[in-house]
Amino acid sequence: MVKYDRKTLERMIEGNLSWEELRPIISGKKDADRFDRILEILQERVSWSEKIILPLHEHLYIVLKENQRIVKCDCGYEFGDYRENWKTKCRVKLRDTFESIEELYLKDMGSDPNWQELREYICPGCFSLLDVEAVPPGYPTIFNFLPDIDTFYEKWLGRKAPEG
Amino acid sequence: MIEKNIGWNGKKLEEMLNESENLFNKTKSYYGIKTLNLKEQDPFKYERAYASLRGALVSARETALHVAASPIVREIGELCFALYTPEGDSIVVSTGILVHVHTMSEAIKFMIKEKYEEDPGINLGDIFLNNDPDCGNVHTTDVQTIIPIFWEKELIGWAGGVTHEIDIGGITPGHVLMSSVQRFDDGVYYTCKKIGSNDKIWKDHMITAKRSVRSPMYWELDEKCRLAGDLMIRDAVLEFIKNEGLDYYKRFIREAIEEGTRIFKERVKERLIPGRYRATSFIDQVGEWEAWQPKAKVNKVYNQPLEIIVAEDGKLNLSFDGASACGANSVNCGVGALSGATWVLLTQILIYGDKVNDGAYFAVNNYFPKGSWANPGDPYLSYQNPWANLIPAYSCMMKGLSYGLFSRGYREEVFTGYGLTRDAIQGGGTYNSGPLEGQLWMLSTFEISGQGLGASAVRDGLNWGYAMWNPESDLGDVETWELFQGGVPYLARKVKPNNAGHGKYRGGSNYGGVAIVANSKDVEFFGIAEGLVFSGAGGMHGGYPQPTAYRLIAKNTNLKEIFKNQQDYPLWDPDPANGEFEKLLKGEIIRKPYAQMYPISLDNYDMFHWCMSGGPGYGDPLERDVKSVEQDVNDGIYTEDKVYNIYGVVAKFDNEKDEWIIDENATQERRKEILNMRKEKSKTFEEFWKQERILITENQLSEPVKRMYKESLELSDKWAQNFREFWNLPENFKIEVK
Repeated sequence: MVKYDRKTLERMIEGNLSWEELRPIISGKKDADRFDRILEILQERVSWSEKIILPLHEHLYIVLKENQRIVKCDCGYEFGDYRENWKTKCRVKLRDTFESIEELYLKDMGSDPNWQELREYICPGCFSLLDVEAVPPGYPTIFNFLPDIDTFYEKWLGRKAPEG
Repeated sequence: MIEKNIGWNGKKLEEMLNESENLFNKTKSYYGIKTLNLKEQDPFKYERAYASLRGALVSARETALHVAASPIVREIGELCFALYTPEGDSIVVSTGILVHVHTMSEAIKFMIKEKYEEDPGINLGDIFLNNDPDCGNVHTTDVQTIIPIFWEKELIGWAGGVTHEIDIGGITPGHVLMSSVQRFDDGVYYTCKKIGSNDKIWKDHMITAKRSVRSPMYWELDEKCRLAGDLMIRDAVLEFIKNEGLDYYKRFIREAIEEGTRIFKERVKERLIPGRYRATSFIDQVGEWEAWQPKAKVNKVYNQPLEIIVAEDGKLNLSFDGASACGANSVNCGVGALSGATWVLLTQILIYGDKVNDGAYFAVNNYFPKGSWANPGDPYLSYQNPWANLIPAYSCMMKGLSYGLFSRGYREEVFTGYGLTRDAIQGGGTYNSGPLEGQLWMLSTFEISGQGLGASAVRDGLNWGYAMWNPESDLGDVETWELFQGGVPYLARKVKPNNAGHGKYRGGSNYGGVAIVANSKDVEFFGIAEGLVFSGAGGMHGGYPQPTAYRLIAKNTNLKEIFKNQQDYPLWDPDPANGEFEKLLKGEIIRKPYAQMYPISLDNYDMFHWCMSGGPGYGDPLERDVKSVEQDVNDGIYTEDKVYNIYGVVAKFDNEKDEWIIDENATQERRKEILNMRKEKSKTFEEFWKQERILITENQLSEPVKRMYKESLELSDKWAQNFREFWNLPENFKIEVK
């Protein structure tokens, strides 16, 4: 069975593996225990004590807090029930003018704000940029991912999801 | 009338297909197979059998393209082959443009359902040709040759090969036509047509076909290429049966597909998380400004919303519910093309390195809403450029599944998306001097094979090297392209600054180029790319989408004089706000912020610029390693003003070292400043929601956007309900357009 040492996985999380190191990991058989190994590393890295149920994002985790499953940022900001779109708890910076879009893109190489705007979803705790939506004005906020946690743990991993 | 049915055990092919579909619906396994008996009894023999057939197909492809092939096929391998069951399900495939493996499957099923067994008959040595997107193809320019394989009197399978033509005799020269708005503009159509017997292509067909396209020599070479490959596959299958026996072959092909399904579902359970994934992409249609046909004069945004449900059993359910309507333009997309795109991308993100066949197709349920761009259900529409919808729409699948890959810990597999296959200008002309005077040339460069790949969650995206439709993308040798598009010699290619999607890990970058028209007459050009909206599902986890395309053309230039006087001429367009064309040329400089361009006439010494796409980024750009940003600036990937704005990096040019260096302290301060600006310039979600809602309720949306909402609201009750609920709109809320 394929298995990677902790240091390799840590360096992968940090983006420090070279292409020569990464390529065999991409093209080879996968390490079946990856989920638990990554979870263990991430749990040690966060500054809070709630148990991580599922890493959701570079900065966000579904955690168990007082028997509730909530979304929490690594900075500690809590977004509430994981079944609700965490973006609706973010601060939003809108780029809906040519001027604001051309801060990022060359002239004629960004969207026309009459056709499409950029929405930057920002963590209210640490102001990390969590998501960028490029959508026409008036488009409902996209709920990226709603995991089926119980099916994942019970049917795929063969154990109960973390409980209080 | 046929003397005897050609299916197994005296059945008709249609009976076999019905039996296969019924058994699958009843048992949820291919042909009701419960146990992989051959694999269990002798796994080495089973794997050897698979490998031998797979090897035969790869060999057929590699040999066929050297037997006879057009430059597009020979140079960059725009072809693939597959072996199918009698019912039309792929068993093994070659390498190459795999998007077509499932399209040929649809074409075979079309022939079976249309009772070709009775009329026109399916006999040993028959040759069928198909390029009809409404019954199993992407667009007419992809041409398929399919032959039946018999063992004695029984049909035991089909061999199929597909090549991409550089011209298909459409409304304009080229291979992905912009101005096609109905079937009759799409070029020559062959709807699963018998074109030969006794292993020979009929002369009358070849005469007709060659007179139907602008590149008759390439057409003939590619027909011979596909047939040669098919015949080699047939020989390999017959040899296989001689060695292993007919009974083994018959059981083996079904087990291989069932195993393909099982591998797929197990891979899903290994890599993903069950649940619901959503992503959306868009393209802009600018017919109002560009089209000449009255019914095509429409500006609109195309909605491409994708929802994926990963089920407990490992099956995927894909739905494009809410997609915009089809219409009088070239971007309509048939079901075969959609299924092909699903399949080719799944081979890249989940089922690479194992048994790649239609088993994966049987593990995916698709919902393509009828009447939308994703399943128009109208053969009289144009299907010339389905890629414009297909390519960005399927970046949603890659981004969606990447959320699951990330959560599962497989960060190295995260695939934020890719650039649209653009932006080479197409068209053609006639040489008016030199040894080829009077001959036609076609502009169909396959530099488009090298777009920017999106970043992953652990590294930057691949620069100038990705095409979603061919896992082995290869842009070929420029010298080869120049041989057959000699009317447009290149003057330069350079890395285009600020062309990679921003992020902690940036998307792949890409280059732009400049070319002129030379030694030609009757030249017409057109082009297709996104321009007013970003293509694809955007960046991920805080990364940004890759930039859009635009058009830059110079007409009536003084280039002849510039050459004569050995003066400087533009080699690129690094900053459209401060153009090199305007500085160095006299003439009519045309800039368009959108990139869908209907045909225009050009003359010798006219110039144009094009730019390939970058890829989307991953993660917050403020978290990008400063040394990587320094490298980007020195490599010309980004400019110092943009890395200051976006990455919060202060770069200064060191004249002594002749390179950019980073001011670490100033960078730390700038990054703090950007965080503060995010705090000050952002709103609460509630404030954002109220402001955005007013755009809808007070009719402040632009017409192209309103048209998109109107179509999605009318085509899908579910999408409409979600839209009204999200914005708290009344049940009878509608959007009207002029």
